[in-house]
Amino acid sequence: MTQTNRLPSGGRLDRNRPVTFKYNGTTYSGFEGDTLASALLANGVDVVARSFKYSRPRGIVAAGADEPNAVLQLGATEATQVPNVRATQQELFDGLVAASTNGWPSTDNDLMSYIGKVGGRMMPPGFYYKTFMYPQSLWDTYEKFIRKAAGIGRSPTENDPDIYDHMNHHADVVVVGGGPAGLSAALAAGRAGAQVILADEQAEFGGMLLHSNELINDAPATEWVAAVVAELQTMDNVMLLPRSTVNGYHDHNFVTIHERRTDHLADLAPRGQVRQRMHRIRAGWVVLATGAIERPLVYANNDVPGCMLASAVSTYIKRYAVVPGNELVLMTTNDQGYTAAFDWQDAGRKVVAIVDTRAEPTGACVAQAQQRGLKVIKGSAVIEVKGSKRVSGVLVASIDAAGDRVTGNVQQLACDTVASAGGWSPAVHLACHTGSRPEWREDIQAFVPGKTVQRQLTAGAVHGSYTLRACLEEGIQQGMLAATNAGFGEQIAGQIPVPTVTETAAGPVMTLFHVPHTKPTSRAPKQFVDYQTDVTAAGIEVATREGYESIEHVKRYTAMGFGTDQGKLGNINGMAIAAKSLNKTIPETGTTIFRPNYTPITFGAIAGRHCKELYDPKRYTAMHRWHLAQGAKFEDVGQWKRPWYFPKPGESMQDSLNRECQAVRTSAGILDASTLGKIDIQGRDAREFLGRVYSNAWAKLAVGKCRYGLMCGEDGMVFDDGVTACLAENHFIMTTTTGGAAGVLEWLELYHQTEWPELEVYFNTVTDQWATMTISGPNSRKLLAELTDDIDLSGDSFKFMDWKEGTVAGVPARVFRISFTGELSFEVNVQANYGMYVWERVFEVGAKYNLTPYGTETMHILRAEKGFIIAGQDTDGSVTPIDLGMSWCVANNKPFSYIGKRGMAREDCLKENRKQLVGLKTRDPEVVIPEGAHAVENPNQAAPVPMLGHVTSSYYSACLGHSIAMGFIRGGHDRMGETVYYPQPDGSVIEAEICSPIFLDPKGERQNV
Amino acid sequence: MFSIYCPYCEEHREEEEFHAKGQAHIARPRDPESCSDKEWGEYLYFRDNPRGLHHELWVHAAGCRKFFNITRDTQNYEIKETYKIEAEPRITATQAQ
Repeated sequence: MTQTNRLPSGGRLDRNRPVTFKYNGTTYSGFEGDTLASALLANGVDVVARSFKYSRPRGIVAAGADEPNAVLQLGATEATQVPNVRATQQELFDGLVAASTNGWPSTDNDLMSYIGKVGGRMMPPGFYYKTFMYPQSLWDTYEKFIRKAAGIGRSPTENDPDIYDHMNHHADVVVVGGGPAGLSAALAAGRAGAQVILADEQAEFGGMLLHSNELINDAPATEWVAAVVAELQTMDNVMLLPRSTVNGYHDHNFVTIHERRTDHLADLAPRGQVRQRMHRIRAGWVVLATGAIERPLVYANNDVPGCMLASAVSTYIKRYAVVPGNELVLMTTNDQGYTAAFDWQDAGRKVVAIVDTRAEPTGACVAQAQQRGLKVIKGSAVIEVKGSKRVSGVLVASIDAAGDRVTGNVQQLACDTVASAGGWSPAVHLACHTGSRPEWREDIQAFVPGKTVQRQLTAGAVHGSYTLRACLEEGIQQGMLAATNAGFGEQIAGQIPVPTVTETAAGPVMTLFHVPHTKPTSRAPKQFVDYQTDVTAAGIEVATREGYESIEHVKRYTAMGFGTDQGKLGNINGMAIAAKSLNKTIPETGTTIFRPNYTPITFGAIAGRHCKELYDPKRYTAMHRWHLAQGAKFEDVGQWKRPWYFPKPGESMQDSLNRECQAVRTSAGILDASTLGKIDIQGRDAREFLGRVYSNAWAKLAVGKCRYGLMCGEDGMVFDDGVTACLAENHFIMTTTTGGAAGVLEWLELYHQTEWPELEVYFNTVTDQWATMTISGPNSRKLLAELTDDIDLSGDSFKFMDWKEGTVAGVPARVFRISFTGELSFEVNVQANYGMYVWERVFEVGAKYNLTPYGTETMHILRAEKGFIIAGQDTDGSVTPIDLGMSWCVANNKPFSYIGKRGMAREDCLKENRKQLVGLKTRDPEVVIPEGAHAVENPNQAAPVPMLGHVTSSYYSACLGHSIAMGFIRGGHDRMGETVYYPQPDGSVIEAEICSPIFLDPKGERQNV
Repeated sequence: MFSIYCPYCEEHREEEEFHAKGQAHIARPRDPESCSDKEWGEYLYFRDNPRGLHHELWVHAAGCRKFFNITRDTQNYEIKETYKIEAEPRITATQAQ
């Protein structure tokens, strides 16, 4: 297709570099320098979307981040699909593939639109809430239908092949926006010597100057832009970030910038290049020079393709050499709007009329229009547009001075484009991100950034200063101020002169948020306020009539501002209409505030390199490679990779567990226990400290001895456990659960630093410093004896709960005779980097004992056979040591009121009939109760059935030949031998007998040999 | 994301290095046994939730592991001061009024 709307010359395009692209399956051409939107307009594509609720055809309205309609799906392949791309911000490249996201069967011919037409009146605000709420079970079905109709983009179903990353910076001054104010600010701060980052969302710096007719220093403004950018590029202290949207302004002057590095080059980033980068900047000072967004006027059928913002019309003509139509009617409330008509005329196309809503406009532009021979219709408005897929004409009528009602006859004008200029809304979005509410300025009838605690300055249009001179001047001032505040003031030799610009006399602006119609709003054709969410002026009036008085409620009820554009175009008009309808002023009604991100951002940029292998650190023990080589299955415990079980070829998981358990009980097994938390505790008061944080007694633990301890919170609830050994009089080593290690260390530090600083005690984590291997089973002593000649392993010398220092396989080791399996066990600790060596030596001598490696699952079964708890599995923060049946581990005669003592003595903790940990034996020995199953007294009782407690640990025990379980039962300690029932989701019921949780060797004879 | 000055390291560091530990200046009762259940419950569970200045306990978890206090405005997240664990705040809500 030919580019029918392309001008033969002009624009900031590279006409030597034509590109072709596909839109909805059709191939079009454009030039390098185009956006997707300008290229679509050049090719005469009118309809780019179907509206959210009514499925009305929609065209391109704006030229930047504010575009509500041309929100497209991009991507040549499944893996490179990107949803919600604004065509106005996507640079064109050769081979680009885009598609509209809504409309079925196609955007041009949409079936839903008939429903919208016929049923429009039946779809009031809150339609979805009101219609699709009930029954709730059908919501999934509704949602699918609504999403399809709403035309929200889709995410790719294949992995994203591109690379993304993050970059952290510290900067003295961050300047947001590269228009006249931002460039001036960056120049001033840069010359002062501050570290400056200047970011702009567009490909080129210059902002509105890129399409402006104004002169700076008597030359085209773009020459000034080029000179400033060239100077900034020479400064080592200035970083220029084009194609970079400052998407978030967070607490303590933290700024996030989304840089698109290759999106303008190709569908897929060139090999080795980062597609997008998130800059995370801690800024000394931030200068917001974000400019302003033009407000469209709200009139009947203002969404028909061909209705555009006046400034967007200028942008397309001047910057992209595209005239998006043939016959223009311009409606404006201000002088600036006239520029669009002048640009249109200069492009050689017909201006049908300028409709000025002001009765007596006085600006120089009016005379200029007359000189140009343009028809100016004063005191009037375009009250309605004719046409469906493209504007075919407008109805113009005179209106009163307040803009409340139509006062004269209606005349129809033929045209294909309507540009509207309703004034400017400062882009206050970033200023809102940290919670600051914008303030209404009566003189400019707009919200400007409000008070903030951030180190923030504003310059130019965002500040409400709309003239070019003011933008340049404020930019220099605020840039210098930012640099001075950051400590660079004195380096500026003299003032930076403000460039000269020609001031044109501007007349007053008319405030008009809602163009009246001959019919009341509720009867007039739809007057759209928010295009993306299909909110109309009538809809807002309905919301206020239905009692929604807070603007936040109006927003939620109508969905105004809920689109991916966050209502950049419509919000202010909508608030003004709501205010008027409520008979309040705009400041009284207030405004909703904007949240990060300013524009949609890809998940890739958010994730950066934190994906796949780098998503979360993984921790491996010194013996990890051995486990891998043995084909171990692994389990994640916190960040640790722990062997879960070691299957042999052809074995099921249960086969492996049975074999591993039997090996430990009959000969010898070995567990890699390196992941257990280990905290080295030293100091004169270490022993006293242990007595305060553990529930049991520590005063008499001799050097060379170990003791099991329970750690409780101040509420008396168990939160961790482990064995602590006395290494020397003032030196202990504490073990914690694998997952609890960091928390326990912080807990110890908390009490030492905040409560008992007078105690001399020091803590350090040594988890990673030691490799720990537990050799367990009746043959463990014989096995270990082959590896040590300086540790006497005899039962008389090395008793249960003793520890000894010596060498194992020639390596210095600490050996602890402790047992979590109930068997004779030795826990060998060696320096971590010797771990693999010692482990392999153990296996060399262990072969004749059928030494069997076992994983966490076998460890769980073996300990459950002995009724040993696992903190975090058999406890959940609501369990005292007494509930666990571990009163032997509570020493209430200690002089200091240890942590947990008072908590355990609370009335509720002393109550009888608390849930208590018991053993459970199923009637059918083969049935394993699912963990988490709830016990009931009588399975046949009608609901609601009181719950007695739940199963916390449950396994099949090969050694015992039946299933075993531990769980909580209300008053369970006094209910031994009684039967409880566990109803299952499939309707079956498992019957179990309450018993002691110690299923094997209750006297502990196996470990005391 | 906060930028927090650690009074022990004497440097501003990123929030990622710190953990928030709740309200500051909650002393463990000297003699827990003499507390009623109600008093113990208040010590355990009851915390202020002010709109405005709040004193909070933080720990420089991925740094020096020291606990310290922060006076922070809960409305705008401004950190007014950080001070060592044994110190008293210089800025309090009553002063601000």
